[in-house]
Amino acid sequence: MKKLITLITCAAMIMCLVGCGKSANGTAQAGVLVMATNAEFPPYEYHEGNAIVGIDAEIAAAIAEKMGCELKIEDIAFDAIIPEVTSGKADMGMAGMTVTEERMTNVDFSTTYAIARQVVIVAESSGITSLADLEGKTIGVQQGTTGDIYATDEFGDDHIERYAKGMEAVQALSQGKVDAVIIDNEPAKVFITENEGLIILDEAYADEEYAIAVKKGNTALLEQINKALEELKADGTLDAIVAKYISAE
Amino acid sequence: MWEDFKAQFILNFVDDGRWHYLANGLLVTLKLTFFSVLLGLVLGFCIAMIRNIHDNTGKLKIPNFLCNLYLTVIRGTPVVVQLMIIYFVIFGSVRIDKVLTAILAFGINSGAYQAEIFRSGIQSIPKGQMEAGRSLGFSYLQTMTRIIMPQAIKNVVPTLLNEVITLLKETSIAGYIALEDLTKGGDIIRSRTYSAFMPLIAVALIYLVMVRLLEFVAKKVERRLKKNEK
Repeated sequence: MKKLITLITCAAMIMCLVGCGKSANGTAQAGVLVMATNAEFPPYEYHEGNAIVGIDAEIAAAIAEKMGCELKIEDIAFDAIIPEVTSGKADMGMAGMTVTEERMTNVDFSTTYAIARQVVIVAESSGITSLADLEGKTIGVQQGTTGDIYATDEFGDDHIERYAKGMEAVQALSQGKVDAVIIDNEPAKVFITENEGLIILDEAYADEEYAIAVKKGNTALLEQINKALEELKADGTLDAIVAKYISAE
Repeated sequence: MWEDFKAQFILNFVDDGRWHYLANGLLVTLKLTFFSVLLGLVLGFCIAMIRNIHDNTGKLKIPNFLCNLYLTVIRGTPVVVQLMIIYFVIFGSVRIDKVLTAILAFGINSGAYQAEIFRSGIQSIPKGQMEAGRSLGFSYLQTMTRIIMPQAIKNVVPTLLNEVITLLKETSIAGYIALEDLTKGGDIIRSRTYSAFMPLIAVALIYLVMVRLLEFVAKKVERRLKKNEK
């Protein structure tokens, strides 16, 4: 009898191990799609009540639904998202992430799902009216974002202050600790409505496209994501989600 | 394997002169630690004296109350929260040197712990010595500075050096106010190369070497202080 129980327990454990193994659709855990993001980036992803909402969160939910998976969102620092994906702790990274060459050596990107631009936020009273005025000024950025990388290349380390969150960079700007903040357009719009006296320069800093990052070589998952994105684009879901969060100008 | 290691090393530290982030960061970390310890020493010593005088003579009621309040607040809240309060609230609307801000935050924090270290040192000297000093005609202050303190300080030096080691590691949170210390330096490399292993292990090793150096100094000092005991 004892032997039989041991045998059953062993069998159950093995079954469980198999069940938790790599699933057919490329997610680490069958039936669960883990998305790593940095939920301080309205309107793409932010906390509302107990949930993380936003454009990325809703698109991810739609993708998960198409794949027949349950979506699980993990909120971590932006510069930890790619390591999280490469180490397999998360299945995909989706955080308003721009496709860059350096990132492509570490992860594979899906087709792009949104167009964005990097803009400059300054204090209304600062007298900075164009990109040329930024020379020699102190610029706040969110660490590891394309804004950080481009601005570091252009203005040099000494002129860049890297905050963990975009919100903190904007806070530093409104407290006069930095002269300008370079950040993505949509969050920038949210930030200036929440902080009086800040404006966005008309001149954009850079144009770019967002995509979803998955572990290098995980083609099974990448194909499914691309397929889902294509379907969502075709049936208008993608546009509807974007329109829900971003009012047309 | 080795080739891979070499490529990773070059990517993380050599390309674009990325090792500068670590070198400059280390300099900031050392600066923070050194000046915070100094500030903490001054604060800690003063507070320990005030509290001791109050305990023994019943004088200095208000300063003693303020010291207790300071100890409660500083020891009751995380240092990272204190750092952000100083940067974003107290210096909310001024452009202040971040190194100075961090030194203030860490110094004020360390002061609370050093105060307790000094106090325990003073208390470790038997009461009889104070009584003996007083009965020989020394004033309270004279007994304190000539008899109690020299012995007390000798007793607390090992604990104080331990506090320095703790503080060195504690400054790793300076990145919260966008100050580029050693940890943040590693983080910046990580955000550029997306590799976790090299930058983190390098940062850890540098801290370890620093701590071992401090421990070595601590041992030397301790041995030196014990010399006249035999």
